[in-house]
Amino acid sequence: MTDDRELDALLHDSAEDLYEHAPCGYLSTTPDGRIVKINQTLLGWLGRTRAEVVDRTRFPDLLTVGGRLYHETHFAPLLRMQGSLSGIALDLRTASGERLPVLVTSVVRTNSAGEPSLIRTTVFDARDRRAYEQELLRARRVAEQEQARATELARTLQRTLLPPVLPTVPGFSVAALYHPASVDQVGGDFYDLFPLPGDRWGVFVGDVCGKGAAAAAFTSLTRYTLRSAAVYDDDPVMVLRNLNSVLHQEWCDTRFCTVVFGIVTPASRGSCTVTLASGGHPPALLLGADGSAAYQHTPGGQLLGMFASVHIATTVVRMAKGDTLLLYTDGLTEARVDAARNRLGDDALLDFARAHAPTTAGKLVTDLTTMLSTLMVDDDVAVLCLSA
Amino acid sequence: MARVDVVARNNVAVTGPVGAPVVVLAHGFGCAQNLWRLVAPRLARDYRVVLFDHVGAGGSDLAAWSAQRYSSLDAYAEDVLTLVHELDLRDVTLVGHSVSASIAVLAAVAEPSRFAKLVLLTPSPCFLDDGDYHGGFSAADIDELLESLDSNYLGWSAAMAPVIAGNPDRPELGAELTNSFCRTDPGIARVFARATFLSDNRADLARVTVPTLVVQTAEDAIAPREVGEFVRDQIAGSRLVTLDAVGHCPQLSDPEPTAAAIAAFAGP
Repeated sequence: MTDDRELDALLHDSAEDLYEHAPCGYLSTTPDGRIVKINQTLLGWLGRTRAEVVDRTRFPDLLTVGGRLYHETHFAPLLRMQGSLSGIALDLRTASGERLPVLVTSVVRTNSAGEPSLIRTTVFDARDRRAYEQELLRARRVAEQEQARATELARTLQRTLLPPVLPTVPGFSVAALYHPASVDQVGGDFYDLFPLPGDRWGVFVGDVCGKGAAAAAFTSLTRYTLRSAAVYDDDPVMVLRNLNSVLHQEWCDTRFCTVVFGIVTPASRGSCTVTLASGGHPPALLLGADGSAAYQHTPGGQLLGMFASVHIATTVVRMAKGDTLLLYTDGLTEARVDAARNRLGDDALLDFARAHAPTTAGKLVTDLTTMLSTLMVDDDVAVLCLSA
Repeated sequence: MARVDVVARNNVAVTGPVGAPVVVLAHGFGCAQNLWRLVAPRLARDYRVVLFDHVGAGGSDLAAWSAQRYSSLDAYAEDVLTLVHELDLRDVTLVGHSVSASIAVLAAVAEPSRFAKLVLLTPSPCFLDDGDYHGGFSAADIDELLESLDSNYLGWSAAMAPVIAGNPDRPELGAELTNSFCRTDPGIARVFARATFLSDNRADLARVTVPTLVVQTAEDAIAPREVGEFVRDQIAGSRLVTLDAVGHCPQLSDPEPTAAAIAAFAGP
């Protein structure tokens, strides 16, 4: 019975006691921030007496200096415009100099003329919550650092899949371009140019399906297999067949690629012969010294890595002095020319080539880079140019 | 050079009679052009009033923002000049609040012929204390402010980003636009905060040749009265008006006297 009576007494406690000893801070200020009323709970947190605060202190004076700046630049203008504001994180400065993280909610009372007359504010102790939020912020920063690390890793890995610089080919000029679709992921396009016995050169451009670590491993295998196969075999078709066997054995048709592989054999007076073999790769484009441009079709070549045996298409390109051969991946022709997802396409690339022929490898790469900067490129683009 | 669509980039709004003298209102750090909403209608009776948001604030084109460009007040001043040129505004009275007072000074020094008058509302050319100069803050205080921006950051990114992006895939947020007036991407706010509170434009004041009015309040936690006096002393021929008001944003707390001071000075 006694318990009930005590509870009853507490429940009928005065509004004043509810205000003074509420489990949160209460505070009333004039519109310019002067404190005119404050409850005992908040005074206790601050370690100050009523006489020190009421009519002598403005609300922003209770905050840390940084909090005061935030109050003046965000809190006060917002409150003025909205008439209320909730859950703003601020720090109080207590009499002993400690910082007390709080969450502040304010409501503006207006007079009959609609003018602000009083601001009522509740203050909640937010030490635990703030500590938790600091943890979240810290975790976010760690995540951002990890992201930067992953990007760096991808970039480094990417570098190992492409030659750092193209070799100098006597009598020829060469240039390459690599445009990754994303900085976060290792792309699936690759190219290389390397010397072969007998003054010949091997060249390839390829495109592995997919991106990321697995695609990078596949690309690496492809690149080194091609280079070693080319040393032992003079026939580009056999080089790609070798590659296909290795990829198929290693990856069991889970992943595939397209490759155009060529052997460049210099001839007299600055001309050369390029024997191209293609496994499902877009056709090379020859820009003539006479201003012409034509695709060097290699129809019927199949994707590499999918089947135990494949058909490889070949063509022989005879390049005269001043001709330029363009090898590329489909990221170039599939770059979008407008927001409606229209692609550049083979015809537009041919038009571009006709408009720019005759040219040199370096100039063609520069012009392609300029064109790409006007397009929306959503796949990797690799380009390798060779001028006789 | 490509023309800038300044109206979209800076969310420009123009009110008031066509042909009337032009007043451009530049907002400070924290909010956006809505801070002028109690003052603009009063000025628009007699003036052509041009409101805009700095890039990164309010309804500006966030795609135009970059941390590198907007970490210096020069970029904001350049934007003001671009705005004045693109809208072909002449004999402009440029009103700059808080940090935009410094931005206004930079713009008026760069191209004085475009501006008839300057109004510097609660200006502070340097917020940091420096020897005898009392800007009011230390570098540690500014770090605290950056912390405050971070502390009020979580709610922003989680709940508000989709709403702001204008593409809310969480429709339940659509109706709830708390604190919508001054919402700024915390990453952007951080860069603007640093540009605002760590710039020192004291030396630019003496280069102002445009007639200038300095308006301050009796009590301002951000720009103390002695700073307002410093600005007046540095700009030859300038006048200082101290409003009977408290706080850093008199255009909100005391719009009538603020508008009256601007209108009286901007007039012929």
